[in-house]
Parts: sequence; C-alpha cells; structure tokens
Amino acid sequence: MHIIKRAAMPSWKAWLIRLAAILLSLIVSGLFVMFVTKLNPISVYIEMWKGAFGSSRKIWNTAQGTAILLCISLAVTPAFKMRFWNIGAEGQVMAGCIGTAAVMILFGNKLPTFWLMVCMVAASVASGIIWALIPAIFKANWNTNETLFTLMMNYVAIQIASYLSTVWENPAGSAHIGVINMNTGKGWFPAIFGHEQTINILIVAVLTAVMFVYLKYSKHGYEIAVVGESENTARYVGMNVKKVILRTMALSGAICGIAGLIIVAGKDHSLSTTSAGGQGFTAIMVSWLAKFNPLMMILTSLLIVFLERGAGAIATSFRINDSIADIVTGIILFFIIGCEFFVNYKIVFGNKGAKQ
Amino acid sequence: MITTIVNFLQRAIVQGIPLLYGSCGEIITEKSGNLNLGIPGIMYVGAVSGVIGAFFNERIAGDKLNPFFAVLVPLLCSLLGSLLMSLIYGFLTVTLRSNQNVAGLALTTFGVGVGNFFGGSLATLYGEGGALSLKRTSDFFKTALPFASKLGDFGKLFFSYGFLAYLAVIVAIVAAIILRKTRVGLNLRAVGESPATADAAGINVNRYKYLAICIGGMIAGLGGLYFIMDYTCGVWSNGGFGDRGWLAIALVIFAIWKPDMAALGSALFGGLYVVYIFIPNLSRSSQELFKMLPYLATIVVLIATSMRKKREHQPPQSLGLAYFREDR
Repeated sequence: MHIIKRAAMPSWKAWLIRLAAILLSLIVSGLFVMFVTKLNPISVYIEMWKGAFGSSRKIWNTAQGTAILLCISLAVTPAFKMRFWNIGAEGQVMAGCIGTAAVMILFGNKLPTFWLMVCMVAASVASGIIWALIPAIFKANWNTNETLFTLMMNYVAIQIASYLSTVWENPAGSAHIGVINMNTGKGWFPAIFGHEQTINILIVAVLTAVMFVYLKYSKHGYEIAVVGESENTARYVGMNVKKVILRTMALSGAICGIAGLIIVAGKDHSLSTTSAGGQGFTAIMVSWLAKFNPLMMILTSLLIVFLERGAGAIATSFRINDSIADIVTGIILFFIIGCEFFVNYKIVFGNKGAKQ
Repeated sequence: MITTIVNFLQRAIVQGIPLLYGSCGEIITEKSGNLNLGIPGIMYVGAVSGVIGAFFNERIAGDKLNPFFAVLVPLLCSLLGSLLMSLIYGFLTVTLRSNQNVAGLALTTFGVGVGNFFGGSLATLYGEGGALSLKRTSDFFKTALPFASKLGDFGKLFFSYGFLAYLAVIVAIVAAIILRKTRVGLNLRAVGESPATADAAGINVNRYKYLAICIGGMIAGLGGLYFIMDYTCGVWSNGGFGDRGWLAIALVIFAIWKPDMAALGSALFGGLYVVYIFIPNLSRSSQELFKMLPYLATIVVLIATSMRKKREHQPPQSLGLAYFREDR
C-alpha cells in the first residue's frame, strides 16, 4: 500500500468528499450525544434543529450569530491566503470592541448621533488595524513568527479589556461594565424592520460580497494569492512583498475591528473579556473549511453556529453541561480536517502507482 | 521581608509547574516539526482524566484509601487521556498531513469541551455546591518531604512541593539531555529541521513524529493533573485552568526551545503571573495590567530572537509543515 498525490480533483468531487465527511461526523457526534443523553439520534437532531431554527427569534439570533462569525472569518481570510498565520483575530476583534465601547462611554452624551457613529466606526477600525499591524510589521521586517506573536496579542487585548472593565465598572465594585448607555441607547445600532439584528446582517452581507470580488477579481487579491503560493515568485515578478503583507494585515485588522463594532454596538451593548468569545479561533477553522472562499464561508459559519446553538439547546433541555457543544464542534472539525487528505492524496494498493 | 520573598518565590514555582509540563511537552513536539496548538486542550483532558480516575478510585476504595493507588490511578488515567488526544492530533497531522494550525485549534476546542463537560457533569451530579472535591486524593499528591517544615524558609522554598513538581524538573532536565546529547535527540532534531534529509539518512520520520507528539502530549497532560491535584487541592471548577495552556506555548519561545531553560522560565512566568499580589497598594485596575506581563515578556523575547537571527535560537526549520516523501 502506498500514497500518491492526486492531480487536481474536479471541485464537485472534492465538495462531495467534504459533504460525506460532514455527514459521517454528524453520525459520530449524534452517537456521542445519544450515549450521553440516552435519546435516539433522530430526536437528538430534531432537538438541535429546533434549538437553532425553532422560532422566529431563534432564526434571527442564529442568522446574527452566523453573520458575526462570518465577518471574523472574512477578516482572517486574506491573511491566510497569503499564508500569514494570523491567529490573533480574537485580539483584533477585542481591540475593535474596546475602541467602540470607549467611544460609546466617553462621548455617548457629548456627540450628536451621526458623529458618534462615525467616531465609533473610526475607533473600531483603527484599533483593529493597529492590533494587526504590530505583528505584521515585525513579520515583514524581521520575519518574526506571526503565529505566536498574534497569539500573545490576544491575551494582551483581553487583559486591556479586563483593565477597562474595572475602570469603567458599573455598578461600582462589580468589575463589569454592564449595558452601556442603558437609558439613552446612545451609540446603539438602530433596529431596521423591527429587528435589531437586521443591520448587523446587512453589514456582513455587503462585506462578504466585497471580499469575494476583492479576492477574486482585484489586483490586490491576485498579489495575495501569489505571495501565498510562493514568496520568491512574488519577489521575482517584482511585487513588493513587504507592502502586500502590511496592507493585507491592515485589511484583516480593519474587518476584525468592524466585527468588534457589530458585537458591541449591534449586539451586546457592553464590553467584557469574553466579548470575542473565542470566535477569533473558530473563524480560522470556518475560513479554512471553506477553502478561503467567502461565499462558501456563509455555509461553513452557518454550520458551526447551528452546531453550537443546537448542542446548546440539547444541553438546556436535557440538563447536561453545555460544553457538549464544544465536543460536537470538535468532532465535526476533526472529520472535515481529516477528509482533505482524500482530496489531495490517493491510496494505491499493490504496485499500480509505481507505473505512473 | 525574607518571608515575603520566600512566599513569592514559592508561589511563582507553584504557578510555574503546569507551565513547565506544558512547555516541555510542546518543545519535544515542536522539535519534531509539529506545532501543536492543541496543547491547551490536551492539558484540560489530562486534568479531567485524572479527576475521573481519582473520583472512581475514591468511590471504590471507600474509607480506606490506599496511598499507592490513590496516586497511581489518576496518574495513569491522566497519561491515557492525553495519549488519546495526542493520537488524534498525530493521526490528523502526520498520517493525514492536514494543516497543523487548524488541527491544533480544533483539538483545543475539543479538549476544553471534554474537560468542562465531564468535569462539570461530575461536579453537578456528585459535587457539593457545583464543585467536585477530591481532597483525599489530593492530599497524597501534595505530600511534601517530611523534613520540609523543620527547615524554615529554606525548607519551604525547596522541599515544600508535592512529588509532581519535582518530577516536572526531572522531566525537563532529562528531555534537555536527550535532545542535546543522544542519538535519539539528534535524529528528532533532524526530523524537525529537515525531514527529507532525515528520511534520506534512514530515519523513520513518521515514527519519530508520532513518538514526539505522544510523549510531548503526555508530559503536557501531567501539567493539567498537577494543577488539579496539587494547586487547586483536588477541586474541579469549569474553566479554572484558564489560559495556562497558551502561556505554556508562549514559554516555549521564551525558553528558545530548550527544556532546561523552560524550567527557569516557568518560575519566571509563574512569578510574573502572581507578582501583582505582592506589590503593595495596587488598585484593582492596575492589577489587571500587571497580568499582561507574561505575554509582553514573550513578545519581547520573540522579537529579540528574530532580530538577532542566531541560528541556534530559531524555531525548527520545518515547524508547521507536513512531510510527504514524494513532495519535491
């Protein structure tokens, strides 16, 4: 038995393999849940479906959750395509949250609504960019390991949030910020069509389309792809690799900042150390699962959010620990990660492969 | 004054031991060219498997808890749990050659979930007030050398820890010697630097990678076990382990991939972790700023080593890349 690399597989076939992996993983995780809850697997899935899509409020919340995760996934995508392993989305989103919350708290009652919104957008985008550019500058100039650098930046951002939570605590002594501008609603995104989730979803929908075009049809997108495939080639054809790295990371940071803006102004109306909630890490997997295709990411982020909400609903209705959602997500990720092997390689038994 | 300093150092070391286990395991893994971002998850599983083992052992043993089994059962369970986790990671990244970053992050999601699910469920089912206490088992793990209390500050600083703390230092030193002085260590480093060269020299690349991942994972898992059985006195609380797993990965860089440096670095990191308690008159908010120190220190080291470009201070060359023999 031996393993050989495949020539490019038609993409429908590759997606078929991935679909099979998802189905298989749903079976395995269903078995696991069944083992824990003693329910039959069918009712487990029905329960999960109800948890994510059971009522119109749940559908809106699932859609919003998908939008936020999708936004962060869009943010990490250009950097990943460039093979810049930015695992600092968590920190960059936190930076965006901090920027937004700071403007809401400090200027909430001083600026007219329009200018307040402008300042919030500027602050969130700027903080995201700064947080992303710091490691990028060191990577571009001294080839400092970006995976570990961005990882550390996450915790610095979380500690800053924790610091601000005690500075701006409300009520005093709680070490929590609570709902910002609770009575005035200053700096909150307005509800459109009667739902406050609408605007968040719309922002991300626009971003998704823009990112798809940017990566696929713009010159920048092409440069990102070339740098990702081979830095030497990029240099040889005269691209300024340093500039591409910095520009792309700034873009990543800016979109992370917008995700932070959505989380604080559109959803939580508050700031805490868990504002980003680990989604910066999940987004990496969402983006990778979709093979860095923004349109596919709609599906992959929906899948992850569905799993989390569905498993959460099971946890509540059967009174089991809600960490079961993490386990189920983990199992499904293992399968999808593993199935790439069958897309890229094929196993040959006997001597057949040697002749080629 | 002396007492304060001794107290500080002692707490720094206690805080540092889980980090030392974690980073030692990660160093061994990274030396084989695999960046295992699943270490935080593995440490959670190492902790919770120990808890499960101890829990059932206490139930079966009833009132007469045999010290030998009280230690052995959780220890073996912990090792087994982290071994299984490592095998998942190894299978994905070595056999199936998937992306190490993604596989590692997924493993951490999974491991933290497993830890909190089983730990939390045990606590709600059998614990008191939402927390599970295994104090009887923990007492055996915490047993210090009998003469420690007679030696005053000196005894407190050097002899007041449970056996897992000393084991951590021994593991680090042994790992350093193996990596630097033996043929196995040389082969392992070759696999991490250039797997194709190692392969050509007749080294079984995959076997070395698997061994490094599994042994590294099992060592890291012991860090979780130490945290539960010694540091928190056998009390499981969900999320209690916090971000120590990531800090352990940070420590790898700080120690420039040397286990013996990690032993020193862990005490330093532990010190940075608790230093805010010992600085008088800190406001609550500045305490939070002080907690940033370990991460900032890591960033500084990361930048400094990358700027100095000393050959022996760099990460293994093929770190993060899957090896496929027929790739050219």
